Amino acid sequence: MIKAIDKQRYILDFTLSSLWRRKGKNLALVLVYTLVVFVLGSVMFFTQALKNEAALVLRGSPEIIVQKMVAGRHDLIPVSHGAQIGKIRGVKAVKARFWGYYYDPGAQANYTLMVPEDLPLKDQEIIVGAGISRVRRLFRGSSIVFRTYDGKPATFFIKGVLSPDSELLSSDLILISVPGFTRVFGVPPDRATDLTVQVANRKEIPTIAAKIVDALPDTRAITREEILRTYDAVFDWRGGIMIAILAGAVLAFLIFAWDKAAGLSAEEKREIGILKAIGWETADVLEMKFWEGLVVSLSSFFLGIILAYGHIFYASATLFEPVLKGWAVLYPEFRLTPFISGYQIAILFFFTVIPYTVATIIPSWRAATIDPDAVMRT
Amino acid sequence: MIQLQHIRKVFNAGLPNEYVAIHDLSLNIAPHQVTVLTGPSGSGKTTVLSLLGCMARPTAGRIMLQDREITSLPERFLTQIRRSTFGFIFQQFNLIRGISVLENVMLPAYPLGEPLGGLKKRALKLLDLLNLTSKGAAKVEWLSGGEAQRTAIARALVNDPGVIIADEPTAHLDTGLSREFLDIMGDFKGQGKTILIASHDPMVHESEIVDRVVKMRDGRIIDAGVI
Amino acid sequence: MFFLGLCLLLLMSILMQAGYVTQGDLALLRQKAQVVKNLGLTDLCLSTEARYTRHPSQADWHTALQSHPLALDHFPSGSIIGPPATLQKLHD
Repeated sequence: MIKAIDKQRYILDFTLSSLWRRKGKNLALVLVYTLVVFVLGSVMFFTQALKNEAALVLRGSPEIIVQKMVAGRHDLIPVSHGAQIGKIRGVKAVKARFWGYYYDPGAQANYTLMVPEDLPLKDQEIIVGAGISRVRRLFRGSSIVFRTYDGKPATFFIKGVLSPDSELLSSDLILISVPGFTRVFGVPPDRATDLTVQVANRKEIPTIAAKIVDALPDTRAITREEILRTYDAVFDWRGGIMIAILAGAVLAFLIFAWDKAAGLSAEEKREIGILKAIGWETADVLEMKFWEGLVVSLSSFFLGIILAYGHIFYASATLFEPVLKGWAVLYPEFRLTPFISGYQIAILFFFTVIPYTVATIIPSWRAATIDPDAVMRT
Repeated sequence: MIQLQHIRKVFNAGLPNEYVAIHDLSLNIAPHQVTVLTGPSGSGKTTVLSLLGCMARPTAGRIMLQDREITSLPERFLTQIRRSTFGFIFQQFNLIRGISVLENVMLPAYPLGEPLGGLKKRALKLLDLLNLTSKGAAKVEWLSGGEAQRTAIARALVNDPGVIIADEPTAHLDTGLSREFLDIMGDFKGQGKTILIASHDPMVHESEIVDRVVKMRDGRIIDAGVI
Repeated sequence: MFFLGLCLLLLMSILMQAGYVTQGDLALLRQKAQVVKNLGLTDLCLSTEARYTRHPSQADWHTALQSHPLALDHFPSGSIIGPPATLQKLHD
């Protein structure tokens, strides 16, 4: 038993020194490999963290949102629809919601203007999100001028700035009073953006949503369940960037596997020949190759995961930022809460370490079965 | 000690480049002697050495090692026999570059898994015996020809084999170093080791330590020498 | 070997630290859920460039790209943020 351990230690020592002798090649290998793990790990950590965050945070969303549809698009809804909905059995309350988008030519940024449900604001008061505060340098007490729907300027005073803690929710948000909202957008007094419906019994949400759509055929009902499901599938692998990233990773892997499968270098083959000639068995050589693969893939795996973790949770997913930010100016500065499970790590392990190991087995086995007298014949 | 009985060895059998290296060859190697195989290149010396050293299997015929038939043994056992019975010195030395002289010498013992202390001690003793103590930590590519040769000898001896097999050992050595090699082999002969050398260097087969010279040509023995 | 051990140790400590941070953040997340409830929010603010990526769950059903059905998505964020669940259901 001790003998077997000693033997493995010798073989491992030799493997490590062999790896070190081919520093350049092996470091390049580890680098590419680490990159693949890093990319896949980043995608995985990022999407998982966002999904979890959304699932926990958006539980507070309205139970049902009723929106009027005109020609396939969301349109302003008559507030009178609310009375009709209120008559449906099981509906506790119906509230009008006012929200919309405002393009600010000064900062070339898009804001979301919204009337909060229970936060009284005076006509000229607004509360801005931390992102807007950063982009427009707006602080408590400063003012901002909006261009209203009919081309007139309207001045608003900043009553406060939303906490940067919730930037992932409210970075571009402007909270405004109903009169303020009406002044900027010119929404007719009998219309709202949409209606939120509160239901007495959570189990009845789908039934009530169906009844609403039945009673008001020109509307659609979005349930909280659907919002949560949207975020559960928000980063679909079919997304363009996801495909690009995954394809890149898969390609990198194929290149490697191909490189490995195409065989070992002449120098490596010569060394295996020498080892066989001086009394190493095929199994010993295979063990050496196994250690080699393990050391390379494990170090890359660990490095990749550690880097991915740093990237997502300390560097705020810097590499994904350009995509999410896109053409926009405003981008939330958020810190994600890590949600990492052993399951994720295991998945990552299966998609990186296992294929590599499999790809290296065959050429190693072929090289290890060289006839021991091969070195004498050359 | 080792008997080759009606050995035939064919390379690339069944292929257009099929090549018969050894034709019906029988040879009996006596223990504790220095036997030299000689003959022009392509005469089959190296093939005979690799057959004697359990590195290759004959296409036909039998090999007996101390009255044990070894031709039909599976590879694992053959490797074990090779490891414990034979020490090889190759023409190109075949040292592994990039690692130290000491590591090269210990390499054949790695699969045995003995404690490092004992192995290291034995290897250092061999280095001492071969005047390489000061080179132990040096990388093999920094060695001179003679030092590389002596490292290869030390490596061949680390598992304390009964038989030393050397293929053209003096091919890359000058006269002085060749003489030194033969002196070392003489010492080992004195310690009771069996030595097999393939060489067409006259200095080797004319040496006084040599007990028997086997002359070969075209895969056949043309003069089996005196035993 | 030493390096691998170090990496493993680092990974372990990261996982532990992650768990710790997650625990610490739970209160913050509850607070954020409260913000969502108070303001009646429906979406995360991941991107502000397009309606359907600013409020994915509120995107129009049959105009997910908000333009011609054959038009390529010209907003980068649209290429990672998927369409809303209702739409996915409709297309399944």
